[in-house]
Parts: sequence; structure tokens; C-alpha cells
Amino acid sequence: MKRSQKEAEDSARKITRRSMIMGGFMLLTGGILAARMRYLQVERADDFRLLAEENRIRIDLLPPARGLIYDRYGQLLADNEQNYTVVMVRENVEDVDAVLDRLSHIINIDMASLNRAREDMMARAPHVRVTLADRLSWDEFASVAVNAPALPGITPEVGLSRIYPFGADFAHVVGYVGPVSDYYLESTGDTDPILQTPDFQVGRYAVEARMEQDLRGEAGNLWVEVNSAGRVMRELDREAPVPGGDLQLTIDTGLQNYAQARLGNESASAVVMEVETGEVLALASSPSYDPNLFVRGISVAEYSSLTENPYRPLASKTVQGLYPPGSTFKMVTALAGLEAGVIEPEETITCNGFVELGTRRFHCWRRGGHGRMNMVDGLSQSCDVYYYDLAQRVGIEAIAAMARRLGLGMRHDLPLSGVASGLIPSREWKLANRGSEWVVGDTLNASIGQGLVLSSPLELAVMTSRLATGRQILPQLVRTLNGVNRRMDSFAEMDIPAAHLDVIRQGMWSVTNFRRGTAFGARVTEEGYEIAGKTGTSQVRNITAAEREAGVTANEDLPWERRDHALFVGYAPVENPRYAVSVVVEHGGGGSAVAAPIARDLLLRAMYGELPPLSAYPVGLRREIEEMHDNMDLLPLEILRSTGRVRA
Amino acid sequence: MSYLEYTQKATPTGLRKVLYLNWALILLLTAVACVGFLMLYSVAGGSMRPWAGPQMQRFTLGLTAMMIVAFTPIWFWRNVSALAYGLSLILLLMVEFFGTVGMGAQRWIDLGFMRLQPSELTKITVVMLLAAYYDWLDIRKVSRPLYVLIPVAIILLPTFLTFIQPDLGTALLILVGGAAVMFCAGVHWAYFAAVIASAGGIVTAVFASRGTAWQLLQDYQYRRIDTFLDPSSDPLGAGYHITQSQIALGSGGWTGRGFMQGTQIRGDFLPEAQTDFIFPTLAEEFGFVGAASLLGLYLLILLFCIVTAIQTKDRFSSLVTLGVTATFFLYFAINMSMVMGLVPVVGVPLPLVSYGGSAMLVLMAAFGLVQSAHVHRPR
Repeated sequence: MKRSQKEAEDSARKITRRSMIMGGFMLLTGGILAARMRYLQVERADDFRLLAEENRIRIDLLPPARGLIYDRYGQLLADNEQNYTVVMVRENVEDVDAVLDRLSHIINIDMASLNRAREDMMARAPHVRVTLADRLSWDEFASVAVNAPALPGITPEVGLSRIYPFGADFAHVVGYVGPVSDYYLESTGDTDPILQTPDFQVGRYAVEARMEQDLRGEAGNLWVEVNSAGRVMRELDREAPVPGGDLQLTIDTGLQNYAQARLGNESASAVVMEVETGEVLALASSPSYDPNLFVRGISVAEYSSLTENPYRPLASKTVQGLYPPGSTFKMVTALAGLEAGVIEPEETITCNGFVELGTRRFHCWRRGGHGRMNMVDGLSQSCDVYYYDLAQRVGIEAIAAMARRLGLGMRHDLPLSGVASGLIPSREWKLANRGSEWVVGDTLNASIGQGLVLSSPLELAVMTSRLATGRQILPQLVRTLNGVNRRMDSFAEMDIPAAHLDVIRQGMWSVTNFRRGTAFGARVTEEGYEIAGKTGTSQVRNITAAEREAGVTANEDLPWERRDHALFVGYAPVENPRYAVSVVVEHGGGGSAVAAPIARDLLLRAMYGELPPLSAYPVGLRREIEEMHDNMDLLPLEILRSTGRVRA
Repeated sequence: MSYLEYTQKATPTGLRKVLYLNWALILLLTAVACVGFLMLYSVAGGSMRPWAGPQMQRFTLGLTAMMIVAFTPIWFWRNVSALAYGLSLILLLMVEFFGTVGMGAQRWIDLGFMRLQPSELTKITVVMLLAAYYDWLDIRKVSRPLYVLIPVAIILLPTFLTFIQPDLGTALLILVGGAAVMFCAGVHWAYFAAVIASAGGIVTAVFASRGTAWQLLQDYQYRRIDTFLDPSSDPLGAGYHITQSQIALGSGGWTGRGFMQGTQIRGDFLPEAQTDFIFPTLAEEFGFVGAASLLGLYLLILLFCIVTAIQTKDRFSSLVTLGVTATFFLYFAINMSMVMGLVPVVGVPLPLVSYGGSAMLVLMAAFGLVQSAHVHRPR
């Protein structure tokens, strides 16, 4: 519109003034913005720099390599092998099922385990790494890596996994590792953060479990730069993990292997020890199982076949099994008698086949009786009546005390699972646990290792070592940890007069070397390798008077679980004892027929360090022994000799 | 003054206009755009694609548009301003019915070769129409209530249409940009005081209405306000943008982490880094020095525009220039305040730096108006 000059000037002046005001306001705002920048970028720069670092840096744990386990000669019993796995994080995956479906076409995986892994993954937080499959072949591993673009969220990884090269031979000694369960975390209270990483394995049984803290090592740290989705951009720093300590056990792989094979399919166990050092050379329990099954994840069918087996393969009978020691206990009663001075070694007791106590009859195993018996005879022919008589003179307190001095009724805490303590009963114990008074009959039963007395094969082997050396031997299973000695070096004397022990040893010698000894059939004929021992046949049932009237049923005719346990304890060589053995064959029958030959073979194998020559056996047995050895599935010698991998 | 009274002889014609362009302003605009290219290249992890390359093409297109607008006499623009306003209103109505749904709001029309955001266009057409209105209006009537109501209606109509899209940021820009033109045209103080006072009342009402049936804002808009007031209340959720943005800014320090070295960008911690949150990227990589320099460039652009506005004696030219200046100022002031946690997060890009076609083109065309005013000013 047309304006006058004055109007135009007014307008311009107004606009200039207002635009100056607006410009001033803009400048002020600019000042505020600059001040804010200065505040954020200069004054608080350090705070924000720290926050930015926290944003981008993630610390990952590096699992340590688990310590290795060797035998006494450096044979590897538990190794770590490379394990190719497939791990998945579902966080950024749109269609999990499609990815899993593609994966199942690439690798060989059964749908059941894939579905299990899927459920596990869906149940956890989206960023948690879950293992879908492990123990892939190299080809499978490579094809997963090649197909990575089609498999979002999935990464092939290489981890370490435990492997037990000797399988079932060491299931009861070395044990096995397994995944960390919620129960494990609760029961151990272990808060090591490494336990939270997927696939981390902890010892679940035997040495692996009991030496867990030594074997585990310490986790390392990996500082990585990540983006907002958690994807690793690059590695910033690394603190290497500290590998776990290497263990050297006292076990002799060759002997252990032989012992497991010798026990065969019986429900049996055997312990071989060095008498002087207490070092356990073999801890065999059969039947056994492959511990590698547990590492890989045992199937329900496999597991139930183990739990439902009446021979209880999962039980480590050497330390968990408690049996009435039977006649192997008689050395205890005899020593107690000598110590109490109630009997002389040459003093004889007449056995008529039974002892009458009030209205009850206590029978000797030999119905017709043994006649006149001195102490050595009483041991070699295992006369029960001799000990019934002796027991009445000594009393239960002295017998129990002697049993404890010999290492019975106490828990020898080897690093194994479920180590049980035997039972040496007393008056107080019976009153407290059975609610009845101790009667003389109990003493009589206890004197021949029956009734309430219970021992584990390990305790019996310790007892035998103590009898052979006269010292308070304690069993040892770990030689070294990372090259540092973990054994006990010396053992105190037991303060049992040598003369007393000599009588016992003479009795034990005659068991296997005297023609009328109960285990004469299991003698060794090679000079310098002779063995001494004691048989035991322990009843697991009461023979009623009615049964006795009708004639005692032959053991073989009874159902398996009611048959007698066969036991044998022994040591060798007789002149200069080096090895002690205890053998228990559950419901095996007689100690002399079943347990003694096994004990003899184990002692010979220990003494020779290899398969014993046939010359060690009585002529009549050699063909049978040869055949047995031919049929045994033993480790080849070249494997047993290929040792020397111990790290000092 | 109308164009008839211009001293025609003093006005350059033809290609001679090139000599009369405000070259300093062009240089400053190009400098700011180059900062944008650099940052878009960095955000893409050292690549021209997908942002830096297209942004350069758009800037070239924008420069061309600016030249065309600049070479066209300013009185032509005054004469078509009503038409332009009407056209932009029609386009705004069209997005209501035919708009493509993007980012949860109907904001653009697909023209085939580009997506046009009518709301961007509206910012300028409102300014143009208001300037033309006050050029037409007798100066003495400027503050009369009836003649105040007319521009208020001109402003509120597109503001409302943009607001219901919903695009709070652009609505705010249109509203305040228009108010700035009214202010410069000389509308009485009392009106502004009254509006600011009632705005306080409205804010109170907005908060009071929350959760009731007559709730005035969308839920997400309330949440933005919540997280603005306390970003740490939800650091991984809605407050994530503000928190990460301030971390990026703050961790830049004095001189920054260096070009392409920003960890917040490299790690994708900063969302929308190529558009609304490009300033923290610059601040992280070039520090306080870089951020303050960009602010300095912006303030210089404002200065040159205001000088142009004062120099020209034509009322329309002055008011259009001041309107463009105010809009440009609001752009960067709101964006910077938002990423620095001074105001709630509203979707306002950093002008000439953020990736975006419509905004770049419209802004350059608007600066074309400023140039045209400069070239065709009465001498």
C-alpha cells in the first residue's frame, strides 16, 4: 500500500528497534546454549567420559582350564579336550524357530535335545547365552561358521571339556564333572562368578568334586568394546585365566585297570594300599560306568539303567559300602585278648561246634567243631568258638578300643564322595540307637565281625596295613598338587607289642600257607611273593533254629541278595610287607573260595608291576589262571608305559 | 512502500544480480552444510552412504532453489504469498487424508522424486503471508484487536493442522515463528505479555488434564515431558535418548575424541544420530570447541540476516527476512536445547546439518527470500 515518507520511516524505525530486541534475545539464548555446552563438556566432562566408558566396555569372564589329574606314574586320568559347541543368544533374533530349523539341517542334532535347549533359552533372559549343541565334529562346526549369515544369534565356539581316557576304570576314583545346577549353587554356597557362564563344568563326584577348589583355577577377564546391542566390536584388554592345579593321585593305572577287570561283573570292591606310605594304589568298585556319559549329559534311559541295576554301579563300594567284616575282624579280637592278658598265644580252647549261653547256642561255622585250637589255629581255620570264648573274657570295650586303634569305625577322609564311617558298637551306642541293653551275645557276635559291626573295604585295608606295619597308617590318595607334596610322610607307632603282632601275622600267614588254612587254595608258590591274609564270610541273614533243624540251606540255593558276603584281607610279601589288600564280594559266597583268589591276584599284580608269571600260582591252578588272564580285557602295556607327562 | 516506488534504476537486473547477492551469508550456509556432511559421513562409519552423499545433492538442489528464489524480485513473492499460504494449507489437509504413515505420524506427501513435508513449507508461507499482511496494513492499525486477530488466525490454522498430525516440534516452530513476525511488525507488548501469561495457565491445565477424559496431549508427549524432567527415571526406556545424548556431549570434553572416534556413535548408543541427535555426535567428536564453533556460525547467520532486514527499507522484505531468521533460530535453539537436556525432546532437526530433504530445501528457499530481499532492496 502506498505510504507517506513519514509512515515509511516510522515503520523502518519500529522494525529496527524490534529486530534489535529480537537479536538481543537470540544472542542471550546463544549465550545460554554456550554456557550449557561448557557445563556439560568442560565441567562435567569426566563424569560423562566415565559413563561413556561404562556404556561401551563389557567385562567377560574367561574360563580357566581345569587342572589335569594324573596317576602316580604320570598317566593322564582326566584331560581337557577341545569341544566345538553352538551357542545362541536370542536377544536380536526375530524368528527363533526358523533359525533353529535351519540349524537342524546343518548339523546332526536330535529334535528332543534341540527342543530342550529351546525351552531353556526361552525361559531365561534374552541376552543369556545358551548352548544348543556340543561335541560337534569339525565339519559341522565349520559349516555352522560358514552359514553364520543365515543363523542370526548363533555362534560356533570352541571350549574345553573334560574327558576321562580310561572311562569306567576311574569312575569311582576320579569321578566326573557336570554342569552347574541351581542345587549346586545353593548347597555349596559357591559364589565364584565363573559358575554363571554357560557350559561351565564343576566336579560333581569323587576327586573331581572334593578337589574342586584346587582344580578349578581362576577366571580371567576380557575387556571388550561393545555396541548398544551388546555385539563385541573389539578386544581392549585381556587378563589371562589362571589354570587349575594339576593333581597327581597315588593310584596305579595298571593295577586299577587290572582290579576293575578282575572284579568283573560281580557286585564287588577292592582296595590295594602301600602298607608303609598308606598310598592307595587301586580303589576298584564294580560294576562301574563311563563317567564321560555324565560330562556329555546322560540320557534318562542310560541313567535309569544305572539306578535300577541291583548291583548298584553308581555306588563307590570301597568307601560307601559298609559290611559286617565277618572273620576278617578276628585279628582285632585276638589282639584285644593278648593286650588284656586274658589269653596266651599257645593257650588252647576246645571247639565242639558251638557255645551255649543261657538258652542260646552260638554255632561255629564248622558244625562238627575244630577241636583244640591255639591262637594261630584259631585264625588259620577261622574257628568261631575260639573267639566266642575269648570275647567273654575280654569284653566289648577292649575289642572296640582295639578296633579303633586299627583304624576301624572311623572315617578315613579321602577326597571321594560319600565316604562312610564303619560302626564299632558299644553299650552306649546300642542303647541310644537300638533302645536295648547290651547283652553278652552281642559281644560274641561282634567278636567274629557279625552282629552290629560294620566296616568299609577301605577301613579293612587300613586295618591290614596297620597289622602289617604296626604303625598308624592313614590312607593317602593325593600325591602332589601342582608338584607340591600332599602326602603324610610318617605315621606313629600303634604301641602294640611286636610279639602280639607277630602272633597275628603268623596266623594270617597260616591262613594261606598252612594246609588247613581257610585260604590255602589261594596261596602263592613263588618264593618271596608269599601272601598272608584272612578270609571272611559274613552273614546277611539270621539263621533261625527251625532252619537249622531242617538243615541250613546251601548258600548257592538262596536268592542272590540273601547270600553271604565274601571277604578277604591280606598283605604281601609276607617277609617284608609292601602291599595290603581288602576284597569284598557282595553276596559272593565264601571268603576263601571267592574273595581270597581275587586278593591274591591283586597282590601279585602289585608286586610284579605287571601280569604275574604263572609260576607264582600252584601248579593245579595255572591253566585256569592263564585262561582267565587271556580273557581279561586289560589295557595294553604300551599305553601303561607311555607316561611321564607330569608337570613338576 | 510498494514496488512501484522502488527506485527501479538502482535495482540490479539479469545476471548482474549475482554481484549483489549476500555472499557472506551463502558462505556461512555452505560452511554449516559442510559440518553436516562431515558428521553424516562420520555417523555412517566413514561412508558417503547412506546419508552424506544424498545430503550433498540436496544441498546443491537447495542452493539452486535459493538462487532461483533470490533472482526473482521480492515483490513477486509478496504477491504470491497468499497463494503460497493457501497451497500449503491444502497440502496440510491432504496429508491428513492421503499422507504416508511414517514414524508414527502422517507428515509427508510422496511426490515420486521426493517426500514433501507440507508442514516444513508452511513455516515459510505463514511468515510470507504475515509479512505481506503487515505490508498491506496501515501501521496505525497494527495493534487494534481486530487486526491482531487476523494474523493470529493465519498462524493458528496451520499450527493446529500440524499439531494434530501430530508434530509438536513443527507446530511450535510455526507458532513462535509467526509470533516473531507479529512482534517485529510492532504489535503491542501487552498482547505478548497476555499470551505468555495464558501459556503458563495452559501448561498448568495440560498437566492437570493428564489421565482424565479430556487429556490435552498424547500419552507419548506426556512421557517425553516426564523423561525430560527426570531422564534418569527410565535410563533404558524413554529417557534413553536424553541420557545417551548428554553422555555423548559430555564425554567430548574440550577438544573431543577426534573425527570418527566417538564411542557413543560407533557403538550405536545414540539413536537417530543422523537426524535430531546429530549435534551430540559433533560435540563428542570435536568437543566444546567444535560445538561452540557451530553455534558461532549459526549466530553469524542470524547477524547477517538481521542486518539485511534492517538495511532494506521495504516492510515486506524486512518482515520476511526477520521471520526466516526467527524460524532458523528456533530450529537450532530448540534442537540444541533438547539434546542438552534444557527442553523436552521434540522432533526438531538441526538446520542444514541433520539429514532430511524437505527441511533442507525449504530452508534454502527461505534463505532465497532473504537473498531476494537483499538483492532487490530499494537503493
